Amino acid sequence: MDWGAIFSNSVVWIINPETIAYALATVGLAIHFGYGGLLNFGQAGFMALGAYGYAISILTFGFPWWAGILVGIAASVVFALILGIPTLRLRADYLAIATIALAETVRLLFQTTAFDAVTNSADGLGGYHESFRAANPIPKGTYGFGPFTYNETDWWVRIFGIFLLAVALLITWLLMRSPWGRVLKGIREDEDAVRALGKNVFSYKMQALILGGVFGSLGGVVFALPSAVIPGAYVPSLTFFLWTVLLLGGAATIFGPVVGSVLFWVIMAFLSNLLPRMVEAGLLPFMSNQQANIMRFVLIGLALMLIVIYRPQGLLGNKKELTFNAR
Amino acid sequence: MVPAQRSRSLVKRPIMLLFAVLLASMAFAMTAVTPAHADDVNTDKYQYVFSGNVKYNDKPLAGVEIDVSGNGYSATVKTDEKGQWSVGVPEKKKYDITLVESTLPKGVIVSQEGNDRLTISEKGATIEAEFGLTDSKSVNFFLGQGVRETVSFFDQFVSRAINGLNFGLMLALAAIGLSLVFGTTGIANFAHAEMVTFGALMALTFSVILVWPIWIAFPLAVILTGVLGWLQDVALWKPLRIRGLSIVQLMIVSIGFSLALRYVFQYFYGGRTYQLPDTGSKKIQLLGPIALSVTDMVSMGISIVMLLLVAYWLQRTKIGKATRAIADNSSLAATSGIDVDRVVRIVWIFGSALAGLSGILWAYFRPGIKWDMGWQILLLIFAAVVLGGLGTAYGALVGSIIVGLLVELSTLWIPSDVKYVGPFVVLIIVLLVRPQGLLGRRERIG
Repeated sequence: MDWGAIFSNSVVWIINPETIAYALATVGLAIHFGYGGLLNFGQAGFMALGAYGYAISILTFGFPWWAGILVGIAASVVFALILGIPTLRLRADYLAIATIALAETVRLLFQTTAFDAVTNSADGLGGYHESFRAANPIPKGTYGFGPFTYNETDWWVRIFGIFLLAVALLITWLLMRSPWGRVLKGIREDEDAVRALGKNVFSYKMQALILGGVFGSLGGVVFALPSAVIPGAYVPSLTFFLWTVLLLGGAATIFGPVVGSVLFWVIMAFLSNLLPRMVEAGLLPFMSNQQANIMRFVLIGLALMLIVIYRPQGLLGNKKELTFNAR
Repeated sequence: MVPAQRSRSLVKRPIMLLFAVLLASMAFAMTAVTPAHADDVNTDKYQYVFSGNVKYNDKPLAGVEIDVSGNGYSATVKTDEKGQWSVGVPEKKKYDITLVESTLPKGVIVSQEGNDRLTISEKGATIEAEFGLTDSKSVNFFLGQGVRETVSFFDQFVSRAINGLNFGLMLALAAIGLSLVFGTTGIANFAHAEMVTFGALMALTFSVILVWPIWIAFPLAVILTGVLGWLQDVALWKPLRIRGLSIVQLMIVSIGFSLALRYVFQYFYGGRTYQLPDTGSKKIQLLGPIALSVTDMVSMGISIVMLLLVAYWLQRTKIGKATRAIADNSSLAATSGIDVDRVVRIVWIFGSALAGLSGILWAYFRPGIKWDMGWQILLLIFAAVVLGGLGTAYGALVGSIIVGLLVELSTLWIPSDVKYVGPFVVLIIVLLVRPQGLLGRRERIG
């Protein structure tokens, strides 16, 4: 077996745009669930709004790329308000079902042929890259070393994504050590106690939902930057993968989402390289190549179960900051 | 591809912006309605090519429009005088190929006979095509005489209402299990969707793969789903209850379990769609606009009988009463001598078996069996359960019928590919004004 290729095909995922996008969206989830105790299962909807907001405003309205990102952010703020007003007063499990249903509504509206002229329905949108690539300050050429060798466009996407991620992490870190963050964590621990102190719990929850949603939409933008926007990508499974990432790294931690995302994608890439080669080498005689790839998703499901049961605080988390005591 | 051709100007002044928007949308409209009319589209650009021949009674038809779309790509082609067309596509993947029926001569439509991978929409007939070992694939539509029928609004309303009722009853079978499990254990069980799929897959295995008669195959499938429910409780949920996991943790565990099971199904059955025996049997005209196939009638009959049995079980039997008592107040039920663990186990078995049964009916209603078929209706089941009141059996029934009717009737006004949105919107409104659901009691919401 070609271990060199397996290894280098896996480590490149450390800074792949998908990894960065997942990390960004998961930072948003960490604010929702890790710090605020909000069981948001609609993060895929926020990502879809970011990606479509970006693509549609460039393609249909001719906006420059940065304005496209702002449109994506604005769309996610509006969505957070629509999502939050009916659901934030609800118990945790109701919130989960309501958010997942609204996120699916968003996806179905992007997918329907009714708005085909703008969304290109199930086929998705592409070809909106020109403006973003024109803003690339990196001169033409290939850079990097070993497996991390990319042309100027690929580097520009990665560097921009990492920049957004760093800003999101900085904001989260600053907020969570501020009085605002302490109130939010207080709501997570005991909503009634915080209310008794005279804080407007609903307002804090809404602010957390909006902030996390904005990070989710930025994740969607980074997801869309290198390739295309396909509605089939924003299914509930995407949200579940983000939850796996979040709980793997640690829900109430700053760097948990980053660690979780890198581990998630590197392991996925490692398995997608290793398993088919093992099949070819005859080590897994009962599997076809395709089945080997499906096996990875079975493992994600099992990993999610095992983490929640045996290490709910995640790799980086503190057992004292368990967030599963939602009523 | 359409979007790439649009103008993209940097805008400085508002008037310019307006102008640019106008221009862009016009350019877009132009590209959308006037695609390149040639019999070969992008065949020299891409190496993967779909092609075909459109003939009716052995005579080639010219000017018939064929749309190819998928994977972020779409192209349109018209047949030449020989009835031939070909389209190049960028990737060796699955694409949807649609014959636009309005471009066919009058009285000619795409025939559905012998074409089980065909789906008919308002636009035309669509085949999902995939390349084999080579880089080219021929896709042919069989044409026949006929007219796509247009029916009066009232007739459509009645026939969709009946369809919706059928769908709602089928949802109710699945919803009751979900609601009872929630009521007795507090778990919002996402893996319930996989019980639905499991029932259908087992029915497929016994009746199609092993070719057993369906009166053995289907009951056995339902029983096996019940056994899976029992296994779940014994091996997973009971140990977790003893471990003292919170309801949020249990819910996330069920999501992980659902993911894992779904991909296990795909592992064994692949991504394709299977059909049970006698799928798509002929519709019989009953009363006025009401036309039902024998499978539809049997399916509705089974649903109604099963739901009546469940009602009897809940009202009259000891276990049924105990179930309602536990759903009401678990610790009070335990102190009055009810063996909670035993009742919960029975609820898991029956809830799963009912879900398996609804999976078989869903396979006939969709029609087809696929690895993620249960997942496709899980959110509808949840919407039904929340609508009626989480944890109440009769609420699940009422909610399911409302959701079923809503899904089918809403297609009178909205495109059928967004028909699942209706129940979600109603779900949100119900949560806003009556969060405990139609039949739930106020304190359940906590």
